[in-house]
Amino acid sequence: MTSAHAEAAASKWRPIAIGGVVILLALFPLAGSAFYVELVAKVMILAIFALSLDLLVGYTGLVSFGHAAFFGIGAYTLGLLSPKYEAANFWVTLPAAMLFAGLAAFVVGLFVVRVKGIYFIMVTLAFAQMFYFVFHDTKFGRGSDGISMNFKPVAAIGSFMPFDLGNASHVYYCVLVLLVAAFAFLQVMLRSSFGRALQGIRSNEHRMRSLGFPVYKYKLASFTLAGALAGLAGYLSALQFGFVNPELLSWHQSGNVLLMLILGGFGSLYGAVVGAFAFVALTEIFQALTRHWQLLLGAAIIVLVIFLPGGIASVAGRFRRTHVGEGNDA
Amino acid sequence: MHPTSRAWDDADAMDLYTFLIQLLNGVQYGLLLFLVASGLTLIFGIMGIINLAHGSFYMVGAYMAFTLSSLTGNLFVAIIVGIVLSVLLGIVLEWALMSHLYKRDHLEQVLLTYGLILVFEELRSIIVGNDVHGVAVPAILGNSIPLTDTLSYPVYRLFMSGVCLVLAGLLYLLIHRTRVGMMIRAGASNREMVSALGLNINLVYRLVFALGVALAAFAGMIAAPVSSVYPGMGTQVLIICFVVVVIGGIGSIWGALCAALLIGLADTFGKILVPEAAGITVYLLMAAILLWRPEGMFKRVGG
Repeated sequence: MTSAHAEAAASKWRPIAIGGVVILLALFPLAGSAFYVELVAKVMILAIFALSLDLLVGYTGLVSFGHAAFFGIGAYTLGLLSPKYEAANFWVTLPAAMLFAGLAAFVVGLFVVRVKGIYFIMVTLAFAQMFYFVFHDTKFGRGSDGISMNFKPVAAIGSFMPFDLGNASHVYYCVLVLLVAAFAFLQVMLRSSFGRALQGIRSNEHRMRSLGFPVYKYKLASFTLAGALAGLAGYLSALQFGFVNPELLSWHQSGNVLLMLILGGFGSLYGAVVGAFAFVALTEIFQALTRHWQLLLGAAIIVLVIFLPGGIASVAGRFRRTHVGEGNDA
Repeated sequence: MHPTSRAWDDADAMDLYTFLIQLLNGVQYGLLLFLVASGLTLIFGIMGIINLAHGSFYMVGAYMAFTLSSLTGNLFVAIIVGIVLSVLLGIVLEWALMSHLYKRDHLEQVLLTYGLILVFEELRSIIVGNDVHGVAVPAILGNSIPLTDTLSYPVYRLFMSGVCLVLAGLLYLLIHRTRVGMMIRAGASNREMVSALGLNINLVYRLVFALGVALAAFAGMIAAPVSSVYPGMGTQVLIICFVVVVIGGIGSIWGALCAALLIGLADTFGKILVPEAAGITVYLLMAAILLWRPEGMFKRVGG
């Protein structure tokens, strides 16, 4: 009961908080230095990536450990479609990246959605590794060095040029708009009957099946959609940095995006965005401290899991509960 | 067997002896994978934990073989010391970390063990560095058995296969024929009931985890002279072992053995027959088996 009240109170303030964050992000390039504008753009790209995984983990109940595959496919789409001596077109390559990533997710989904729980984790990891080898070992993917793009894509529609992707703050706003669009799309989608059905599957798959829902198709659709959104994030990442390599598909990348979700808390959308910021802040701090920052990151993850089940986001909830007098969470 | 070997002759790509050598290599690789995968599948089947750090134990084993054999000058001594150390490592890890995970969901298990991989890899980089190292084959096993004038097969690889087979047999006997094995199987099916009957389930779990760590580390130690010792070797093995466990069925030792041999052979022959797709053969095999049997080839067989 009390948590329902807290939930209601929180949801009243949530739109205002989200609006405030969007305004702050929109104003940031006016104040921040070039370095931080690029860094925040990178964080927002990761936030789109984390949002796409939240659809699977937080709303469909599918813990994927291979989500980087679709991020990488989106990135490689730009790399492979970019001509050597001229710029690619943004309006062609962006949908293509989402299409190819979505298509790959659909094909992988045909196999992985059939299995559950721990099998799902292992099988998604294995398929992601397969894609890693496709790009790492074949001529098609140009091997372990990847592809470096000579030109940024152009956003020309005929002779009209709405924005310039060679300009870092234009890239920033482009990413911000796409992040807001992805967030809004998921928000609306999750309130539709399709989104409700996904959440039903997450809480009780058997019941949804006996109610006559085609669970397999719903999960496959969710997996495909999440793949396409991850492809969008990968595309933007390739656009920002100007090169792609197989490490974009590595299992570290899949692990890191799961970590973002845990840091921010899954199943809330905004948690994914918070998690992306927390993750980058954490790695930046650790990298500033020591060359062996992965040791600190690893130790931090272990401590986080043991002492804070439910992520950083749960701290606020816990704090509230103890004060209301619900007692501690046993 | 006959039609296949005739096909080789026709294609003139591989004669009988080359085929035999590759067959032995495939079996040897498969048996090595079995040692790692059996621990993974036991830890999941009995303790309900998905352990991403299992590949790190293989890596730790290989680096122990390298460090300890350069210290002592003898691989066998290194292996014995290494086994003791890895059992201790298993006990400490179970006590300090894994015991917190029994009632948590898979996502948290994945994360904690992912953190553990980062810690192990970074410690490896701090202590030993990032270079690739070789480990010498012990002199007693350094010979090769001649097959033809030009082809021969190293004794050490045969030794590896033999040791793995013996261990597989011992593992089977331990689980199905001993009192400890009975406790392990009971613990796998009902943790609370076993505690209620007055058996120390925590001790059983600790033993199983230590056994899994020791098996993976042992695999790394005996593989070190053949595969050399390099950063990232643990992850590579881990992901292949996931494929083995998925194909074999979680919790099934027998399934792990069959699947490991299948993967070992598929990988070895895949590299020869379709070199362009060498990296992805085993994953395609996994995909095919998932279509056929999503729960793996073998259902759980008594733990």
